[in-house]
Amino acid sequence: MTTTATARPASAARQAPPVSPRRSPGRWVSDHLVLGLGILVLVYMFVPIGYIFALSFNQPSGKSATAQFESFTWHNWTSVCEPDGLCASLKLSFAVSLTATVVATVLGTLMAFALVRHSFRGRGVSNLVIFLPMATPEVVMGSSLLAMFVSLGFDGVLGFVTIVIAHVMFCLSFVVVTVKARLVGMDARLEQAAMDLYANEWQTFRLVTLPLAMPGIVAAALLSFSLSFDDFIVTNFTAGQSVTFPLYIYGAKLKDFPAQLFVVGTIMFLISFIGVVGVELWRRRARGVAARR
Amino acid sequence: MSHVTTTPSPETTAPVDGEVTRRRGWGWLLLVPGMLWLAVFFVFPTIQLLFTSLYDPSGSYETGYQLTWHFGNYVSAIADTWNLFLRSFGYAAIATLVCLALGYPLAYAITFKAGRWKNFMLVLVIAPFFTSFLLRTLAWRTILADEGPVTGFLKAIAVLPDDGRLLATPVAVIAGLIYNFMPFMTLPLYASLDKVDHRLIEAAGDLYASPFTGFRKVTFPLSLPGVVSGTLLCFIPACGDYINAELLGTPKQYMVGNRIQAAFLTEHNYPLAASLSIILMAVVVLMVVFYIRRAGTEDLV
Repeated sequence: MTTTATARPASAARQAPPVSPRRSPGRWVSDHLVLGLGILVLVYMFVPIGYIFALSFNQPSGKSATAQFESFTWHNWTSVCEPDGLCASLKLSFAVSLTATVVATVLGTLMAFALVRHSFRGRGVSNLVIFLPMATPEVVMGSSLLAMFVSLGFDGVLGFVTIVIAHVMFCLSFVVVTVKARLVGMDARLEQAAMDLYANEWQTFRLVTLPLAMPGIVAAALLSFSLSFDDFIVTNFTAGQSVTFPLYIYGAKLKDFPAQLFVVGTIMFLISFIGVVGVELWRRRARGVAARR
Repeated sequence: MSHVTTTPSPETTAPVDGEVTRRRGWGWLLLVPGMLWLAVFFVFPTIQLLFTSLYDPSGSYETGYQLTWHFGNYVSAIADTWNLFLRSFGYAAIATLVCLALGYPLAYAITFKAGRWKNFMLVLVIAPFFTSFLLRTLAWRTILADEGPVTGFLKAIAVLPDDGRLLATPVAVIAGLIYNFMPFMTLPLYASLDKVDHRLIEAAGDLYASPFTGFRKVTFPLSLPGVVSGTLLCFIPACGDYINAELLGTPKQYMVGNRIQAAFLTEHNYPLAASLSIILMAVVVLMVVFYIRRAGTEDLV
């Protein structure tokens, strides 16, 4: 593809403009046009968040939260666990997502190492099996898993275990892809150097390979957690009578919709936002300190 | 120095001393636990689903089913729901194209124009998606409601007739799909734009290419891997989605996912649900494979 980038000097020379294109006013406009468009798209992505935030302070006149903002109240924020089953569903969702994340990250990382570092027969088939779950619509995965659980006589025990099984299954491929991308980009000579300096295999892995692979592994774990925590479709098929947070919202939509759900939505947003921004600021500071030394 | 990273020749069975990449030996064992998981909980259920789709449809949840290699299930499934399939792929395709049209400028702005705000803007792309997508979709339901601000504004500028509505129309369902799958488009686009060597774009400018020509001939072709994976990550889940159709539409906008879900969970018509699932999966996988072949990036995984 780089040939397209470099092989066209002749046609461009014909229309040689008198000023350098980077200084022209058209360039300035296009610069800021793209930035403006990007910011507009970002604003669009935040519209529902703003709604959820505003409605978390709403005091609905009836039992169920409504679309219209009626009157301001702190009540929803002080009584998050008041609606029946809300906090239980959050707890279950955290338990499911943490377990699924740990299992999927460990298994997926091992698979990524095997695929990148080792040669063996059947790589093609392995790659296909890892790729297929990502190309399968969730409704198909959920329904086929449910059919299997039912046919094996697991109808009675649908719940935590079956949800975790399903979540690990669809997170695995994403973990493998994410970690693989990191491993492929790693400089193998660093490990070579460690071995040259008399580190044994285990020391090399622990002190060189693992720290280098860590950003990929962490990214994969975060991705798994958010995929698992927010999953509705597959969970709906495999949960039986258990209620995770997305299932709770879905159920609440059908009857009374407690305004506390908007509080939880806002808190989830704030925690992740502050967390990510905090890490970024800390990294900048660390970099600044390192630069001053 | 390059000799360090070359793969061993096929004859070498034992790892060469200091060889770091692609060793032969027992390393493939690392693959086993994960592959077992996928085999038992993905491959096996899918094969079973294939058999379920061939059950005799006259059976029921209570009396049990018999495997009679009833290929007629596929015929009747397609005869009943071909319009749902067309609608699903149509909605998903429109949503994917709009996602690309919105996500590209955003990813481009983050990569090339955001400067020191780059990471912050990336955080802003991901942040809304830590709030449950059901809550966000329900928020859209409120925003697009008949008395809501968007409908009012569109009526005021006479884009929408006075008795027009947004909720419960294809527009609302597609808008929901677009919104929910935006980050799946933006992040891969960003990842591949970020890898583009700035010197190539500068070179295009130095050779008197206008900024637009530079973009068309250099930046865009180099970002194609991101376009491919972004459109796939957007299109695949959008095809099977049924939440947006359910929350923002009516049965008139239902997609094939709604039908599969109902057949499985409420009607317990397993043969129908299974044959619909198999058709959906087969069509999606075929489209993906064809698309990847055409786009020429076979190393997606």
